[in-house]
Amino acid sequence: MSTLVILLVLPLLGALAAVALPLRAGRLAALVAVAGSVVAALWLTVQVAASGAIRAELGGWSPPLGIALEVDGLAAAMICMAALVMLCVALVALPIMAPDKAGARAAFGFWPLMLMLWAALNSVFVSRDLFNLYVGLELLSLAAVALVAIGGKPAAITAAVRYLFFALAGSLLYLAGVVLVYAAHGTLDIGLLAQRVASPTDPLALALMSAGLMAKTALFPFHVWLPPAHAGAPAPASAMLSALVPKASFVILLRLWFEAMPDLATETALLIIALLGTGAVFWGSLRALAQSRLKLIVAYSTIAQIGYLFVAFPLASEGSNGVPWAAGAWNGAVFLALSHGLAKSAMFLAVGQWIMASASDRLDDLRGMAQAMPMTAFAFALAAVTLTGLPPSGGFTGKYLVMTAAFASGQWGWALVMAAGGLLAVAYVYRPLALIFTPAEVTHHALPSRAWQALPLLLAGASVLLGLASAPPFDLLAIGRPGAVEDGL
Amino acid sequence: MMALFPVLLLMTSLVPAVITFFLAQESYRLRNSLSLGGAIVKVVLIVVMLFAVADGAYYETEFPLAPGLVLLLRIDALALLFISLSAILWLLTTIYAITYFGTKPNLSRFFGFFSLCVAATTGLALSGSLISFFIFFELLTLSTWPLVAHKQNEASLKAARGYLLYALPSSAALLWAIVWLESTTGPVLFTEYTDMGALDPMSQRAIFALFIFGLGMKAALVPLHGWLPTAMAAPAPVSALLHAVAVVKAGAFGIVRVVVDVFGMERVTSLGVGVPLAVLASVTILWGSVRALQQDEIKKRLAFSTVSQVSYIILGVALASPLAMIGGLAHLVHQGLMKITLFFCAGIYDERADVRRIDGLNGLGPRMPWTSVCFSLGAFGMIGLPPLAGFISKIYLGLGGLEAGAPWVLGVLAASTLLNAAYFLPLLYRLWILPAADDAKGDERTPGLVVPAVVAALAALGAGGLAASAISPLGWATLIVTGE
Repeated sequence: MSTLVILLVLPLLGALAAVALPLRAGRLAALVAVAGSVVAALWLTVQVAASGAIRAELGGWSPPLGIALEVDGLAAAMICMAALVMLCVALVALPIMAPDKAGARAAFGFWPLMLMLWAALNSVFVSRDLFNLYVGLELLSLAAVALVAIGGKPAAITAAVRYLFFALAGSLLYLAGVVLVYAAHGTLDIGLLAQRVASPTDPLALALMSAGLMAKTALFPFHVWLPPAHAGAPAPASAMLSALVPKASFVILLRLWFEAMPDLATETALLIIALLGTGAVFWGSLRALAQSRLKLIVAYSTIAQIGYLFVAFPLASEGSNGVPWAAGAWNGAVFLALSHGLAKSAMFLAVGQWIMASASDRLDDLRGMAQAMPMTAFAFALAAVTLTGLPPSGGFTGKYLVMTAAFASGQWGWALVMAAGGLLAVAYVYRPLALIFTPAEVTHHALPSRAWQALPLLLAGASVLLGLASAPPFDLLAIGRPGAVEDGL
Repeated sequence: MMALFPVLLLMTSLVPAVITFFLAQESYRLRNSLSLGGAIVKVVLIVVMLFAVADGAYYETEFPLAPGLVLLLRIDALALLFISLSAILWLLTTIYAITYFGTKPNLSRFFGFFSLCVAATTGLALSGSLISFFIFFELLTLSTWPLVAHKQNEASLKAARGYLLYALPSSAALLWAIVWLESTTGPVLFTEYTDMGALDPMSQRAIFALFIFGLGMKAALVPLHGWLPTAMAAPAPVSALLHAVAVVKAGAFGIVRVVVDVFGMERVTSLGVGVPLAVLASVTILWGSVRALQQDEIKKRLAFSTVSQVSYIILGVALASPLAMIGGLAHLVHQGLMKITLFFCAGIYDERADVRRIDGLNGLGPRMPWTSVCFSLGAFGMIGLPPLAGFISKIYLGLGGLEAGAPWVLGVLAASTLLNAAYFLPLLYRLWILPAADDAKGDERTPGLVVPAVVAALAALGAGGLAASAISPLGWATLIVTGE
């Protein structure tokens, strides 16, 4: 309980301090908040793993009067992943977001925005109330949009405005759905909604909320804002935006479709979701192939990877009641989300360090990077292994589970999408990898020290480790997993 | 302690690999002692285990990865056959590579991936379940790529790209086959009978075909062999390891596992998939030999010879008769010993005499006697001259063909022998009979290159000459086939 409060409040306090104090002291306060929150996140995960889900009811009022927070296995896993990513982002950002490198405004704004984003993320992961989730999402979107614009370049501002437009439209749709739910049932608590008496407005409400959340997750065809935004932001910000922000709305979607309203998960609805996911896998991968800037390639790859998460929806549904493969597919999707978070942040942080050394992320300027910064190059390669779903990695474990579920349920077409997506991913990561490892005589600006180079490697290593030691995370995810997905396979 | 044997065996290559990556270029001594030390410890461990496994013991270690995903490492007779080969050849190749590379750049990267490649090979030999096999199979793909690309020139980058272009679609097919099969049977363990009752025969055939497609690429089955001759752009020690034990053998070994331990010989026969596989293997044997005849470069000729020779193993397995099986498994080791001898020698000709093409071999025999005698022994072995190792394999394959009611195999073997002679004998004629060119050079003042070649040649000689003893490859293969 108290750990949970620390996790939600400490980042906000840090953000306040970073704004209020002078630059140096503010940055120090931010780092202290980061360190404290990481410890709190890890401790919370240990607690959940040891003694089950932690539930807190604000002010001691239980729903429908009060608001409930709950850290189940899914929330704990996401919080833990986010903490690891945030820690590395903060450390890598220290030199990159220094005032003389990134400009005074970016150096000032980065820390409070980052901490605000983190607090919002944590609140979304643990909230059980649809309106509370809305507030968290709004805070998250605002922090994310500001992080895109922070560099101040015209292109980044345009991208941020476009992002803002999509985020607001998404929020409105989501809010409209929430209003419908409240009008029909008089409660917004996910646990209570699961036991509701169905109302005729429910399908519309779920559709509105889902559409809004999909826009925020950048699911195809609502993805157009993502590539310019993620490519335009400073690299440490891109790492958070790509690895963590879409996961928040994805977790809400999981909770809506598998916990709050599993009865509405009809075959047609799930088919539509999975088709959008398929579109994302193919469109994102093909567009990634056509890019000549590394950050754009990595950003388009995010669209493709998000697609996988939705392909798993028809496989994990309760529609096929108590079937043995559903848990496998649900676990697989969460595993894919976790390993994508780790791998994608590793990639963006690696790219950020290369940009610092060569002042460009054009593919042609990246020749010889492997000689200059072998550890970062290795990190990029390891992250690529996870994204392409090659073993041993968390990406492989997730993919294997989803594919097995697809075969077991006779829907092998979705397995084909996963397999094709993997091959396309190899194609789009191969080009940058081959160039990075091409020998070239280049002189770089100041190279980051070895310890700094090891940070992306840490994240990429964690994404691989997720596949090698997947038993503990699996046990964690089983805590408080929705009834729709019982253990099997 | 005993249960840890498989892990220890894996660690002997994995630990040196991981440490080597972090070493500076200048730490020659530490890097070399890590690689050599790992290889020697591995050989010792294997000798200890050989006697125990011959008495029927087996060792097993299990890591649960996730529900339905178990990493199972297991030492049985078949695994040990492959591991012994890889351990001995790793030791020889390491000695060879240390001399070959000397002080060339990027050595930590090379030896790191080299050890990782051996670790992957060991892992897939030890794998006791399909999914463990797949994990190491892919680790092998990934760790071989930097080795093929090592020189980083146009040709080797192109070769490495071509390798991936073949490897990744085929591994997608392999994963497809595994997932399809395991979604109905649950995790497939090699030790347990796989109940395929839930699949109709057509699906079973389709899964088998996917397996062959996925594994056949690494085994260089025609028409999936195109990457192998191109991969000759890699440094000589890499070619040696790739052709003798690491990649092509991993594919062949995988096919053995699938036929024997996943489907089982009876089901392969009843599904009627054995004969098409045998035909495919025969086509590969002949086509590889014909293409070898057309090559002017020594390494290219050897590469096509590999394409042809590896399919002997597959032929033996596909015939699904005990004698053919023994011949195929014995050939797994025989071909490795003979081919690594040939590649070591080709590397020496390149390094010490600057000869890469066949016409450069004229008169080199007397100038470089040790190398040339080894090369000749390897070539005679490949042709199948008694009592060399290749002869033993061919005898058993032929008898097995008759036993399986497929006398046409004799025709394939005879044709292949003639073709082998046709592409190897001219080399020997040039080496020993033709006079040397006036400006020819060539010496053997590098014991680090010559000694491994001599040892490998002697091993190939011993494997044939002592075939009747129980610890020869043939004796071991007999134990595997009859003991199961």
